Amino acid sequence: MRFIEGVEWGVYRAVVIGGSAGALDPLKAILSRMKNDFSLIILVVQHLHASDNGSFAEYLDGVVEVHVREPCDKEQLQPGVVYIAPANYHMLVEADYSISLTVDERVNWSRPSIDVLFESAAQIWGDATVAIILSGANHDGTEGMRSIKAAGGLTIVQDPDHADTPEMPRAAIQADIVDMVVSEADIAQILVELHERGQS
Amino acid sequence: MVEERTENLELELLLDAIYKRWGYDFRSYAHASILRRTKQFLMESGCSSISEIIPKVIHDRECFSQLAQRYSIPVTEMFRDPQVYLALRERVIPMLKTWPHFKIWHAGCATGEEVYSLAILLWEAGIYERATIYATDFNDAVLDHAKEGVYEVERMKEATRNYQLAGGRESFANYFHVRYNAAVIDPKLKERIVFSGHNLACEGSFGEMHVVFCRNVLIYFNRDLQNRALNLFTESLVFGGFLCLGTKETLRFSDVHDQYESVDKKLRIFKNTGAACDS
Repeated sequence: MRFIEGVEWGVYRAVVIGGSAGALDPLKAILSRMKNDFSLIILVVQHLHASDNGSFAEYLDGVVEVHVREPCDKEQLQPGVVYIAPANYHMLVEADYSISLTVDERVNWSRPSIDVLFESAAQIWGDATVAIILSGANHDGTEGMRSIKAAGGLTIVQDPDHADTPEMPRAAIQADIVDMVVSEADIAQILVELHERGQS
Repeated sequence: MVEERTENLELELLLDAIYKRWGYDFRSYAHASILRRTKQFLMESGCSSISEIIPKVIHDRECFSQLAQRYSIPVTEMFRDPQVYLALRERVIPMLKTWPHFKIWHAGCATGEEVYSLAILLWEAGIYERATIYATDFNDAVLDHAKEGVYEVERMKEATRNYQLAGGRESFANYFHVRYNAAVIDPKLKERIVFSGHNLACEGSFGEMHVVFCRNVLIYFNRDLQNRALNLFTESLVFGGFLCLGTKETLRFSDVHDQYESVDKKLRIFKNTGAACDS
């Protein structure tokens, strides 16, 4: 694939994904390509209704092979598990690779906020971070992706032309911080290759 | 990454300075979130680095208290997580009814919305008169707010909805009256509540409790401080007493996890039985 040229496969250790309106299908498509032995840490912020009590993660867990769940506060991160931020909590990462949840005020009218996760990932993994923004109706994620880009990480957005709701990937593109603009199928392929080529 | 490492060092020095100058200990708070709050404060303060805040915080009490407010942003609401209150109503209150008098410690009560929610549950169960509720927080400003019990009237709509989801059957408007644009909590709900300053980071237990209620406070602590607080709660609880945590908080990483059994695993309501717990 042309767009993969120039990627240094072995350096990445964590993937952070942000989605909002219209991101369920691409997220499902991406996670379905992963196996339980996926070697990178995966953290996801999907904007959920405040009353969601874990059903979104449970649903995904039922339809994809890789484990999907909401973490508890202070849970130790493991590869091969997809961590979905619980509704009403921001999700951050600590230096010992455990999770911190907070109920701090909303960021971009959102809790969880993609910016909060991405900025925290930039602190912890720096240039070993892969950031992905999927379909969504606001601009949450752009500032966080800027931090990851500044730290030398890899930044990818779902192609707005193929996104159900294009504003969120478009906001990141307009901020001029995006390395790759690709379809959901290509995002999935990149992650698979990150795993496979990272192993060798 | 060098920048990040410097930032961590600066934060460590800042928290040290605050502790040595003012006695407030934020050094064992969860690092990621306190760093984020410090950076927010940095943007508003006009300082260009975290270390520039240090001399200001040392010499200027006002600057310190603004930063301390930042570190204790209370985000709460009445009957937050209504299903927790429903579970308390159905599974904890019947036990409380068997005690002639009981004490509840609400640790980290912030602006008080959840203390009054608890008071309403007890009131409706007809056992409020038998209760003493100790509502504590380290932040004096939010504690004053809690004591006043005055909230934005706009928020009562959401509170009413939560109250109903929590199994409330009365008219919620019975519990407050509207003065200008504010909802003022009915004084009858304050009668059995003792508001008091208490810092979980450094202070001890202050009596035997039947229920400890501490929700979404421990998430701001690191594992060591969480463990300290959970030990404090466990020392305070009577045998058979209840511990109620936030729905994403767990006993799993503490050394008191084998002292409890789950009353409701998902909602994180525990009973102190000295027996093993699977959560």
